Amino acid sequence: MKVLPGAIDCDIHPTIPETAALLPYLSEYWRDQFIIRHIDRYPFTLASYPPNSPLSCRPDWRPETGLPGSDFDGLRRQALDAFGVKYSICNVLHGSIALFNEDMGAALCAAVNDWTIDNLLDKDSRLRGSILLPTQNPDLAVKEIERLASDHRFVQVTMLAMGDALAGGRRYWPIYKAAEKHQLTVGIHAGSTFRHAPTYSGWPSYHVEDYIANGPAFENVLVSLIAEGVFQEFPGLKVVCAESGVTWLPTLLWRTNKEWRGVRAEVPWIERAPADIIRDHVRFTIQPFDLPAGDAVKLQRILEHIGSDSVLLYASDYPHWHFDGEESLPDGLPDRLMQKLLNDNALETYPRLSQQGNIPAKRLNGENLQ
Amino acid sequence: MARHVVAAAAEIPPGAKKLVTVKGREIGVFNVGGEYFALANRCPHAGGPMCEGRIAGLVRSSGPGNYELSRKGEFLRCPWHGWEFDIRTGQSWCDPNDMKIRQFRLAVEDGEALVKGPYVAETFQVAVEEKYIVIDL
Amino acid sequence: MNAPVLDKSIQQRLAIVDCDIHPTHKSPASLAPYLSERWREHAKTFGAHVRQGLTGQLTHPRMMAAGQRVDAYPSNGGPPGSDLDLMRRQHLDPNGVQTGMLVALARGGMEEQNQEFAAELSRAVNRWQIDEWVSPEPRLKAGVVVPQEDPQTCAAEIERCAPNSAFRQVIVSPRTSEPLGRRRYWPIYEAAERAQLPIGLHPAAASGGYPSTGSGWPTYYMQEHYSFETGMQSIVASLVFEGVFERFPKLRICMIECGFTWVPAMSWRMDKQWERMRKEVPHVKRPPSEYIREHFWFATQPIEEPENPHHLSEVIDWIGWDRLVFSSDYPHWDFDDPRYTFKINLTERQRSMVFRENAQALYRL
Repeated sequence: MKVLPGAIDCDIHPTIPETAALLPYLSEYWRDQFIIRHIDRYPFTLASYPPNSPLSCRPDWRPETGLPGSDFDGLRRQALDAFGVKYSICNVLHGSIALFNEDMGAALCAAVNDWTIDNLLDKDSRLRGSILLPTQNPDLAVKEIERLASDHRFVQVTMLAMGDALAGGRRYWPIYKAAEKHQLTVGIHAGSTFRHAPTYSGWPSYHVEDYIANGPAFENVLVSLIAEGVFQEFPGLKVVCAESGVTWLPTLLWRTNKEWRGVRAEVPWIERAPADIIRDHVRFTIQPFDLPAGDAVKLQRILEHIGSDSVLLYASDYPHWHFDGEESLPDGLPDRLMQKLLNDNALETYPRLSQQGNIPAKRLNGENLQ
Repeated sequence: MARHVVAAAAEIPPGAKKLVTVKGREIGVFNVGGEYFALANRCPHAGGPMCEGRIAGLVRSSGPGNYELSRKGEFLRCPWHGWEFDIRTGQSWCDPNDMKIRQFRLAVEDGEALVKGPYVAETFQVAVEEKYIVIDL
Repeated sequence: MNAPVLDKSIQQRLAIVDCDIHPTHKSPASLAPYLSERWREHAKTFGAHVRQGLTGQLTHPRMMAAGQRVDAYPSNGGPPGSDLDLMRRQHLDPNGVQTGMLVALARGGMEEQNQEFAAELSRAVNRWQIDEWVSPEPRLKAGVVVPQEDPQTCAAEIERCAPNSAFRQVIVSPRTSEPLGRRRYWPIYEAAERAQLPIGLHPAAASGGYPSTGSGWPTYYMQEHYSFETGMQSIVASLVFEGVFERFPKLRICMIECGFTWVPAMSWRMDKQWERMRKEVPHVKRPPSEYIREHFWFATQPIEEPENPHHLSEVIDWIGWDRLVFSSDYPHWDFDDPRYTFKINLTERQRSMVFRENAQALYRL
């Protein structure tokens, strides 16, 4: 099924072509460090997406040279023009978030976000941004949010599903407070900084297992958000699970509902069924859907099991390889869902998409940081 | 419907419970702050022996990290999955409309009134000076 | 949530196979008769060495009565599951358990880090199962407990126990020091396949050395309990993608105490990624969902409860009615009573398969 023009694509992955491109956005100190230590000579690709792996880039989207997603003209043609999107939300998944040095991580994240403004948001009015957060240090992450919140083109903040700690943990609450205040959606994206083994039995042998582990990881992320009471504490918060898979969701709803009734006394701030809380606060991009191709009947049943028309968000996940040609929608999507999936749900989930604001004056090259 | 004398009121002081059988049905009689209630000994969730569960209070919260225990002695927790039920109404705390323990009509009667009949008292000698728990079934 | 459907025909024609019953030790001294003097001393002086911060209780304390059914505490002392008479009166007899598969979790070999002690404990628990459970109660079948981090010793213990038909499976906790598909565990599969014993995977309470989620440790028991399900999903992936079933085509796996409605979604996810990443795992010759359908069975407890019970039936259609085996998890708190487990009406055929025939086929009963 082809997506209709005017859709909002909630997950694309432009990539910074090389670390050296970030040097102009770093302060003098960090620029110096990067050059002396040769940090600028190596990429910051997340281990979750080996650049040459089939999943990381569809063959006809792979640039002749450089990293997947690094060719801006290609991205425009292939991700924006080809699908006729109204907006595409950029998730620049940069490895600054995997560094242990919190200051370096935060400085580099800020450079990534500034690069995003100059090279993406300023270059095509269809593009919207996600503030990459140095979650290694939540206070520095909040600083980054406050620094950029006035630019309405940032509609989201980005964290990975598997980082230092489960997303619901209180250490992250300053981030959620800031996000809620600025109506920024919290985008939790598939991937890991591998601080922990991806499974409770340790380290799998294969990349394919690591990728598959994202599904169960998101289940645990959602149970964490529910159990810790994040949505009681921050009732205005919206969370998007990006590239999480979709078909595991009914099990999560059913199991947490049942669990809650028995363990309620442990987490008494949960005042209504977890499935209802999730339907109100959490959204899921549809790439990958995790359903056999062409199975319209199963799709209908899964939608029924999920029990809400409002939780799914259209996404291509460009340039990751989930579909061929322009067949970015699962077969058998009911007509009644199209408008919501392609447009309305995104507008409701990302309030800042509808905001018109001043675009702040350009920053000096990193000089006002650190 | 017959009136069944199941216990002397004095046997079940406040906070206590007693499991009785009426016409083959197991029923728990509870005294909550001086008032008596009769509930089926079967959890509406998955059949657990409700009346063997713990009598507890209700935990409420104004937000994460806050725990307030109140209404002590008013709730029954199923001994299996721990679901919480209001003893007075039989209603599940989480699903008051959809999940309810079967209740039975109960009265506390003076022995003096009871001896006038009719009643069923399979295991009781009714004494006029005592009070008794009577269940309609 | 809907009122339970009392499956009267279960009550009337009681003859079920229960694939998850937990026998426990009456006291720490219960295993002493089965241990040599050296290990009796060791147990007394040093005790267990498991991967968690407390010795006396769990770092995610359970909810009800230490995770047990409140009504399963024997009147003469001892923890739930330690009294055979109570187990008979409370569960085996009234619930028509024709065959009960024992999963001995307490103080066996699955969590103990001292390898020699683990081997000794496993042998002791296996003898204890026979002496104190199976011999007096022929309805019960034992599962071979093994020191799972020492696969050669596991193979030896499997070989020792296999001739005794009281043992119908090998019990392994999925909380291992490497994902279970990895080669170092293959001697266990070789021995189990040769002995025609399925592997029963049941999570232990203590970790194998890793947080229970890929994002770190959970705060609340609500989350820790949930991780039993997510952890098992990755084990399915590991067993399939490491090619265990290519190497051991007759191996059978029973996933116990992780529910089952996640199975179709995980199968579809694995199929999709296998298509995409086939060059990384060329030894996986067929779509993962085929291996899952042929080699995995799923115990029903804790059964998921959709808001619309009919949805459960659909999901089981996708998994296959022949893949489910009923389990109660007696005497734990989240016990499923066979009379009330399914909130939908099963057909005669479905009931027969789930409550008896599938398990009989799996375990060759």
